[in-house]
Amino acid sequence: MKKGGYKKAFRAAFPYTIPVLTGYLFIGTAFGVMFQEKGYHFLWAVLMSCVVYAGSGQYLAVNFFSPGVGFLDVIFMTFMVNVRHIFYGLSLLERFGRAGKKRAYLIFSLTDETYSLLCTTNVPEGVQEDKFLFAIAFLDHLYWILGSAIGAVAGAVIPFNAKGIDFAMTALFIVIFTEQWLAGGKRIPAVIGVASAVTFRILCGGDNFVLPSMICIMLCLVSGRRSIGKNNGREEDTHAA
Amino acid sequence: MPLSIGKSLMIIAVVSVVTFSTRVIPFLLFPKGKEIPPLVKYLGAVLPPAVIGMLVIYCLKSVNLFVWPHAAPELIAGLAVVALHIWKRNNLLSIGVGTVLYMFLIQQVFV
Repeated sequence: MKKGGYKKAFRAAFPYTIPVLTGYLFIGTAFGVMFQEKGYHFLWAVLMSCVVYAGSGQYLAVNFFSPGVGFLDVIFMTFMVNVRHIFYGLSLLERFGRAGKKRAYLIFSLTDETYSLLCTTNVPEGVQEDKFLFAIAFLDHLYWILGSAIGAVAGAVIPFNAKGIDFAMTALFIVIFTEQWLAGGKRIPAVIGVASAVTFRILCGGDNFVLPSMICIMLCLVSGRRSIGKNNGREEDTHAA
Repeated sequence: MPLSIGKSLMIIAVVSVVTFSTRVIPFLLFPKGKEIPPLVKYLGAVLPPAVIGMLVIYCLKSVNLFVWPHAAPELIAGLAVVALHIWKRNNLLSIGVGTVLYMFLIQQVFV
């Protein structure tokens, strides 16, 4: 493949990643600040963002760097905070299957934000699908690493009051949600997702509702397959909404 | 540093492997070249809107309706994002204005 394919893919992907750029720079910064406060050189934060790459997972992981935390606790708590990711790959089996050598990296970098972008963005005309997906995933990863480096270097010294800037991430999901809703076709699953999450947020509290919500979503989607499938039959193979 | 370099590296390695394992599980269950069962195909197609709906709530999980300011900043900024998006259909505009509005609300209005 000629090199120009990548340049084109990155150029096409960049505008879609700008919301993630804003969000990751700031929540990455928050992680960097937390980690350096533990007494770690900023390269440690960079290392972690390179090889782990998980928002809430890394926030949680900062607590592991204290004497007396066992590895079983680390494994269990990390698994629980990331358990929703188990379901993400189901929507990308075919697309990633076509991505060749980049497949492993695409799986590694499947965060909430990248997943949402990959599932809802059409590949622009004239751009190769595998390179486009890779460009989105790689740019997002870069923003995350950059954010944690800034946070870990600058510490708490942030030039302006950035409190609330992490709402960019919430707004990104709201926009994607609205966009999907306006496109029609998949409104029943959208309602199931919100309703399950709200129900279990109320029942189980803020720290333990994701797994029961995901199980509830799966059960609802499977049992409602006949009626939901009818609405979505056309879209089943196209993926991008 | 509260821990040794070796122990710190071990923790990062473990967190990395466990995180990756959650993401790789579906790809191990349904490897490349193997026929994907229709039910899984169906789930793959309908899960994203459900998951994105769940993620909106996940982002707002620490909001408490019963304590001042009763989720007002989140509600106002969230509705502004939706309204602006229906009106202009411009991702960056909706996210940018919504975020600035939210920051203004929690820093200046509902302090």
